[in-house]
Amino acid sequence: MTGTDLPALNIADLQSLLRRREVSAGEVIDALRARIEDVDGKIGAYLSLNFEAAAKEAEVANVDLPLGGVPIAIKDIISIAGEPCTCASKILHGYRAPYDATVIQKLRAAGAIPFGKTNMDEFAMGSSTENSAMKLTRNPWDLSRVPGGSSGGSAAAVAADEAFGTLGTETGGSIRQPAALSGVVGLKPTYGRVSRFGVVAFASSLDQVGPLTKTVRDSALIMNAIAGHDRQETTSLDDPVPDYTARLGKDLSGVRLGLPKEYVIEGTDPQVKAAINAAVKHMNSLGAEIVDVSLPHTDYAVAVYYILATAEASANLARFDGVRYGYRAANPKDLLDHYGRTRDEGFGLEVKRRIILGTYVLSSGYYDAYYLRAQKVRELIRQDFAKAFEKVEALISPTSPVPAFKFGERTADPLQMYLADIFTSPANLAGICGISVPCGFADVDGQRLPIGLQLLGKALDEARILQIAHAYEQTTDWHKARPPIAAIRQNV
Amino acid sequence: MAKTSDLDVAYVARLARLNLTDAETELFQKQLGDVLKYAEKLTEVDVSHVEPAAHALPIFNVFREDTPRDWFTAEQALSNAPRQANGLFIVTKVVE
Repeated sequence: MTGTDLPALNIADLQSLLRRREVSAGEVIDALRARIEDVDGKIGAYLSLNFEAAAKEAEVANVDLPLGGVPIAIKDIISIAGEPCTCASKILHGYRAPYDATVIQKLRAAGAIPFGKTNMDEFAMGSSTENSAMKLTRNPWDLSRVPGGSSGGSAAAVAADEAFGTLGTETGGSIRQPAALSGVVGLKPTYGRVSRFGVVAFASSLDQVGPLTKTVRDSALIMNAIAGHDRQETTSLDDPVPDYTARLGKDLSGVRLGLPKEYVIEGTDPQVKAAINAAVKHMNSLGAEIVDVSLPHTDYAVAVYYILATAEASANLARFDGVRYGYRAANPKDLLDHYGRTRDEGFGLEVKRRIILGTYVLSSGYYDAYYLRAQKVRELIRQDFAKAFEKVEALISPTSPVPAFKFGERTADPLQMYLADIFTSPANLAGICGISVPCGFADVDGQRLPIGLQLLGKALDEARILQIAHAYEQTTDWHKARPPIAAIRQNV
Repeated sequence: MAKTSDLDVAYVARLARLNLTDAETELFQKQLGDVLKYAEKLTEVDVSHVEPAAHALPIFNVFREDTPRDWFTAEQALSNAPRQANGLFIVTKVVE
């Protein structure tokens, strides 16, 4: 194993080398740094890097800890003490986080080394990472296409071997969808399972932190480190944390998988449909029983999601006022001018669009019609899932109706971009867990574009969907396929 | 449900403390009109016997002992301030 090959490893294989003392944590950091210097000019996954701090941590790394000596990249919405936390927004330009988020403390306690911050849609609002105020992130499978979003930098970094694993965040699909479009694994944990303390809030009743990795096992390893109760957060669940690797390798006999009939929708790419149908057959051949189920309120999920998420965002983003941190407009003539220009100049178009929508649906006279009604339909969506999970252990569907699209293809019509969340946002509304795993490729204009298979599990049943995803992954070769950029190997 | 034509982006922007440009106001008026029109489908659902879900967890009140702990120093709290002096945030003049 030479330094140039190291970044291609998954976390579990890297750990074996580290623990056998065949490589040192310092050599891993050097190899990763070289890899990022070679390819990130083409991909654009990172917003900031701190290899000096990472090298120092590597010197004292205890490789026998659960993630000892493993570098992990972090979406730029999660606070690392002393590092920038821009949320890919001009309004947080120059800001440095004064403390570590709980997930960073937990990663450090497990021996992991946070070393860089990844690009994203501004304040996690978007499905393509095109809403970043900083830079474009390109899909490693086709540089003319988006990596998905909002955790697009976290997904692209893993796909391009610029990270062994990353943290992303989800509000309506922002881990699973970029994982699908970039050909990696992405897990959205149950609402409340992973602490958001130190994570910049977008929509507080929906946000969750989760891993993006090369394999299902790696996601389980990161979950073992980051899941658990946090007294700093009132919505944190105080349930015991299982070993998320415990079920990996168990077969699928006796597992019932539900096919929601409402998830067969017009507008799903035929190649995506074919790949999911093949995956369902494959699951069946592995011993899973396939059961038809119904989630009758699916068609309302995107409308509910955009009313609730924007309402919560409009309140959460009120804190960006140019007083205590971040950007402040020059020479305001009075307080209203200070607020109005700071926020107009500091926020990008999509963020402003959502603040306006969220403010409107909460405003006097419209609250009942939009916000309250949406909360009630949310309850019906939650009940749909509860009923389905009486019959099955997990639900199976595409993660995204389409593979990666071209830059600019969907930016002109926000509603069309929002509708792409149809398969992912219901899980956030219901607070359940979900995972996306690679399940094939679409051939589009001579390019191979990854397709993601989604498995949804009931609340706190992450170990179960990891088991099913792992059984699928280990009996297929999709996760072994590497994007063209993986072939670029220069000397360390 | 309210008519989508009720949306007045310029008025809402003032509530949200956003000085939008005329071009942004016009763009959002059209785009958010489309989104609200799409959201009208929620009127099809009978919600007369449904309790609203604020979030998906069976968590209500969370209490802990009110005990002091170490937290930011004033210096740390001010470290990101756009303007500061004498240990204070300098803000735009509020009173005449």
